[in-house]
Amino acid sequence: MTAFRFTIDGVEIDAREGQTIMEAADEAGIYIPRLCDHEGLRHQGSCRVCTVKAGGRSVSACTQPAAAGQEVENETPHLGKLRRDLVEMLFHEGNHLCPICEASGNCELQAMAYRLDMTAPTKFPYLEPCRALDASHPDIALDRNRCISCGRCIRASQDVDGKGVFGYVGRGIHRHVGLSAEDLAGTDAKLADFAISPEVCPVGCIIRKRVGFATPIGEREFDKGLIGHEIEERRHE
Amino acid sequence: MSEPPRARIATASLAGCFGCHMAILDMDERLIELTKLVEIDRSPLTDIKSFTRRADIGIIEGGCCNEENVHVLRDFRRNCDVLIALGQCAIMGGLPAMRNAIMHSDEPLRECLEEAFISGRNIRNTTHNIPNDPALPLLLDEVYACSEVVEIDYQIPGCAPSGDIIFDTLSRLLTGRFRGFGRDMIKFD
Repeated sequence: MTAFRFTIDGVEIDAREGQTIMEAADEAGIYIPRLCDHEGLRHQGSCRVCTVKAGGRSVSACTQPAAAGQEVENETPHLGKLRRDLVEMLFHEGNHLCPICEASGNCELQAMAYRLDMTAPTKFPYLEPCRALDASHPDIALDRNRCISCGRCIRASQDVDGKGVFGYVGRGIHRHVGLSAEDLAGTDAKLADFAISPEVCPVGCIIRKRVGFATPIGEREFDKGLIGHEIEERRHE
Repeated sequence: MSEPPRARIATASLAGCFGCHMAILDMDERLIELTKLVEIDRSPLTDIKSFTRRADIGIIEGGCCNEENVHVLRDFRRNCDVLIALGQCAIMGGLPAMRNAIMHSDEPLRECLEEAFISGRNIRNTTHNIPNDPALPLLLDEVYACSEVVEIDYQIPGCAPSGDIIFDTLSRLLTGRFRGFGRDMIKFD
């Protein structure tokens, strides 16, 4: 495999052929914000939070292959604002009420808002959609109010579990995550599925019943540090 | 030498749970330090119910769910130089705004009240009426964030905000050194 170098915000980093910009950045300890991308899942490039400038063009870092000599911009005021606007719009599109959500503190959407200095989503009107709950399954519940349609559960179920419990339905603003049956109890979803594991759903949509408050608010994953800090710590090792 | 004049602070709780006012007390002994810089005017803490003179800083807890909330909020905007929304309810509606998401029928408010007072599964309301005493303020069609009703100058996030972020923001505002929040201080829970 050919090794080469390229720069992110002027810092020269190593990469191998076949790596995306994000994979090379992760190895070098440079964090690029992301929501729909997750380690162990196929890249999708749909949330656009990982947008970087490569050679002056906007590309999603999770799908764009790294290239020798490429000059990538990541932490610039312009990209920071663009990412913050995207995250704000996600807050306005669903019903994201952090104070009542059991995922608060473990939620990647919320943690991304903290990292991008979003103190309050107030710029756009709230869509306040009416979305049904699904608590039919004995061990799992779905609160679609919090779904951001990242599709991580879809890819986890199809590619890792080999099941296809979840799938996209509809187009444009109407696109949402649908199920392979009438309700969750009708599907073959199991608590042991990778798609149901807490790391796959970035928000509080896929809920594992009876464990929600096992870890109290204030002692959760992103109470310990900003999202991406474990990647940034690699840089100093 | 005479002491410098202290800044006047007014506070109010609208559609909130008073948790943010409790969080003000979470500043603990730093309250003593703060009282050297401020005096508290209209507030539930002093039980003063109307403005006697103009305040430097107004602190609002809770969003607007009824007409009285809107009246108080506008009164604060008129009488305060700087207006702060404290906590998630004031910033984006918070818990009371949960009712907004079910407001998609033709008579949303009636449906909401009927379920709350008459038809709900665990309701024991012997009068079978929705309360409508003239002394009760009229409910708004939706719960509104403070910034949707008046201009808000600063928003302190949290449910409730920590004593640290309240003290940090107030003390830096009072000395003209406020430049936004540290990333580790922003919390929505």
